[in-house]
Amino acid sequence: MAQMNMIEAIRSAHDIMMDKDPSVVVLGQDVGYFGGVFRCTDGLQRKFGEHRVIDAPIAEGGIIGTAIGMGVNGLRPVAEIQFADYIYPGFDQIVSELARLRYRSSGEFFSPVTIRTPCGGGIRGGQTHSQSPEAIFAHVTGIKTVMPSNPYDAKGLLISAIESDDPIVFFEPKRIYHGPFDGDPEKPAVSWNSHPKGEVPEGYYTVPLGHADIAHPGEELTIITYGTLVHVAIAATKETGVDCEVIDVRTLAPLDVATLVASVKKTGRCLIAHEATRFGGYGAELVATVQKECFYHLEAPISRVAGWDTPYPHAFEWQYFPGLKRMSAGIRKVMEAQ
Amino acid sequence: MNKKSRLQIPRPTARPGEKPDFSYLDLAAAGSVDKPAIDARTRDLEHLSSGLVRVLDDDHNAKGPWNPGFDPAQLQVGLRWMLLNRVFDERMWQIQRQGRISFYMQATGEEAVSIAQAMALRPGDMCFPSYRNQGLFMYRGVTLVDMMCQCLSNTRDMCLGRQLPIMYHSKSGNVFSISGNLGTQYPHAVGWAMASAIKGEDHIAASWVGDGSTAEADFHHALTFAAVYQAPVILNVVNNQWAISTFQGTAGGQRRPFAARGLGLGIPGIRVDGNDLLAIYAVTLWAADRARRGGGPTLIELVTYRGGAHSTSDDPTKYRPKDEWASFPLGDPIERLKQHMIAEGHWSDTKHESLIDELRTEVTAAWKEAQKHGTMTEGPWLDPGTMFEDVYAETPNNLESQRRRMLEIEKGE
Repeated sequence: MAQMNMIEAIRSAHDIMMDKDPSVVVLGQDVGYFGGVFRCTDGLQRKFGEHRVIDAPIAEGGIIGTAIGMGVNGLRPVAEIQFADYIYPGFDQIVSELARLRYRSSGEFFSPVTIRTPCGGGIRGGQTHSQSPEAIFAHVTGIKTVMPSNPYDAKGLLISAIESDDPIVFFEPKRIYHGPFDGDPEKPAVSWNSHPKGEVPEGYYTVPLGHADIAHPGEELTIITYGTLVHVAIAATKETGVDCEVIDVRTLAPLDVATLVASVKKTGRCLIAHEATRFGGYGAELVATVQKECFYHLEAPISRVAGWDTPYPHAFEWQYFPGLKRMSAGIRKVMEAQ
Repeated sequence: MNKKSRLQIPRPTARPGEKPDFSYLDLAAAGSVDKPAIDARTRDLEHLSSGLVRVLDDDHNAKGPWNPGFDPAQLQVGLRWMLLNRVFDERMWQIQRQGRISFYMQATGEEAVSIAQAMALRPGDMCFPSYRNQGLFMYRGVTLVDMMCQCLSNTRDMCLGRQLPIMYHSKSGNVFSISGNLGTQYPHAVGWAMASAIKGEDHIAASWVGDGSTAEADFHHALTFAAVYQAPVILNVVNNQWAISTFQGTAGGQRRPFAARGLGLGIPGIRVDGNDLLAIYAVTLWAADRARRGGGPTLIELVTYRGGAHSTSDDPTKYRPKDEWASFPLGDPIERLKQHMIAEGHWSDTKHESLIDELRTEVTAAWKEAQKHGTMTEGPWLDPGTMFEDVYAETPNNLESQRRRMLEIEKGE
C-alpha cells in the first residue's frame, strides 16, 4: 500500500484508466504539458501523448461541449474544469445536453463524460475560487454528483466515474488535496501521510457510486456531511465529547438513503453540514429525506450548519466557513434540544 | 461622425405592408466564383466567404467550376428527396392544424440544404442537425412512418413520448438527437470530429445552425476548438434571413457575411447559394474532402429563405411582408432544379406532377400506418412507467420508487 495525497490518488486513477482503456482521454485548461494547476494530470501527456491529454482553450462550455461529442463517438472523456467557480459557462451543455441525451434519444445516444472540478473554500481563494455549487448539479437529473473526502475514496470513486456510462460531475474539495483539515485555521496544516485514508493501493480498485460511508461511528448524534466537512465533523466530535456518527455522503445524487436512515434511527438526532450556502442547499434535501423516513425516531429538530447566505468573502473566510467552532456549536445545539 | 455616441438598431428592409427589398443581399453570377484546390492555403480562400458560389443560372443552366456534373439519375434523386421533404411538411402542417399533433416545423424553401449535403456526405459521416434538417433523417433512412410516430408520441415513437414533435434522432443513420436548445450541437460535432481523428478514422462530422443561433456562445466555442485542433468538421450556417421575427442583421449579419465568421481563426468560409442543390453539393463535397485529408474545418453559409412560419406556433404575417418569399432573388430550390432538369431535356411538368402525386400517396399511406400505433386521442398508448427509464444507464432506487408511486396514483390507490 502506498501513501498518497488526494492529488496523487486522482492522478493515479487517470493513469490506471488511461492504461486500461485507450478510449479514455483528458481535456481541460493547463492539463497537458503543465499537468494542471493542482497537478492532478501531471505526467499524463508525456506518457499518453498529446492526442489523449489535450490542453484546451479557456472556454468551459467548449470543453464540455466537445467532450460530449467525443463521448458520442466512443471516447470516454475526463474533462477538468479548473475551478468549480468557472463551471457556469458550461452549465447549459451539462443540463440541456449531457444530462438529457440518453433520455431524449431513448438510450440510443449517450456520452460518458466525467467532469472533474476542484471546489470549496478554506484556501483564501475569495469568492471566485471557493464556491461549493454541488446542490445546483445534484438537482439536475441525468447526471451523478460525487464528492470524495479522502485519497482512497477519490481514486476509487474517480475510477468508478470514468467507467460509468452515466455523466458524472466529480467535485474535489481542494482544501483537503494535501491533507485533512479539522476546521481550525490556527492549527498547522497536516498531511495525508499519517491518515488511514491516505493509504491507497497503487493498482486498480473501485469505490462504488451511490454508497455513503460511515466515516466515524457513534451513538448519540448523526452528522451527515461530505467533502472537507467530514474531517471538521470528526474533529468536532472529539472537541465536544459527543459520540457522533459521521456519515460521508460521497455520492450526492443518486443518494444512499438507507445508510443515512439507519444511522439517524439509531441515534435519534441529526445535524447536516455543508460549506455551501444554506438556503435551497443540498442540506435541505437531506433534511426532507431524514424527517420523512425518521420522523418518529427523532428526539430533536434536525439542524443545519452551512455557509452563510452571502457570496464567499475573502477577508472573513473564517467567520464564513463552517469550521470547528461552528460545527461544535451545531452539535451542542442539537444535543441540548429535548 | 456624430458628436455623441449612438446605437444602431438593426431593422429589416421591409415589414408587413411594405415592399420586399433584398437589395442588401450581395449576389454573384452563376459560375463566377473560382474553385480552389482542396489543399489551397486558408489565406488564399478568403474571397470565398464574401462571394456566392452558384451553379444554376437564371436561365436554368448549370455553369462554372463548381458544377458537379450530375447525371439525370442524380438530379432526380435530389429532386425526389426535396419534394418528399416538402410534401411531408405540407401534410404534417395540416395534421397539426387539425389538432392531431401538438407542434410542427417546416423546412419550406430550405430543402436543398439537407438533401444536397446528405448526398455529398458519406454514410459514416456524423450529422449534428438543427430542427429544420428533417431532410437529413429522410435521406439517411428514417421512414416517414417513424417520423410521424415521433410527432404523435405514440407506441412506435423513437423518443418514447419524451420529446416535442420533430426532435428526431437516428443512431443507425448517424444523425444526432435534435435539441431544442439552439447551437448546442455545434461543439458536439467538433468533439465528435476530434474523436474521429484521435481514433485515426476518416469519418467527418457536420453540423447546422441558423443565422440567429450564430450569436450563441456554442457557435464561437465550436469555431475556436475546430480551428485550434483543425478538426475534420463542416460547420454550416443556414442563413434563411429570419430568426422567428428578427432578421439576420439582429444576429450580426449586416456588415460581414456569416461565412466570414471563421476568418479571424483561420477557418475558410464559403458563401453558397442555399437554394441551388448543385452548388451546395459541390461546396460540401469540397469541404468534406479537405477535412478528410487533414485540411481542417470549413464554415459554409447557405443563403436561403425561410419560406414558411418559424413553427406552427408562429405567425410571420405579423413581422414580415406576406409576399416576401416571392421576391427572394434566389427563388425556390425545388423549382430551380426542376426547371434545370426540364432545360436539360429529361424532365417535364407532367413528370413533375406525377412525382408529386406519387409522393403524396406515399405520405398518406405512411400517415394511415402511423396512426395504427396510436394518436393523441386513441390508443394504443405508451406505458407511462417508461418515463423513468433512460435517465441513467440503470434506473436508480429513487426513480424506481417514484415509478411505483406514479403507477399507484394512476390506478387510484
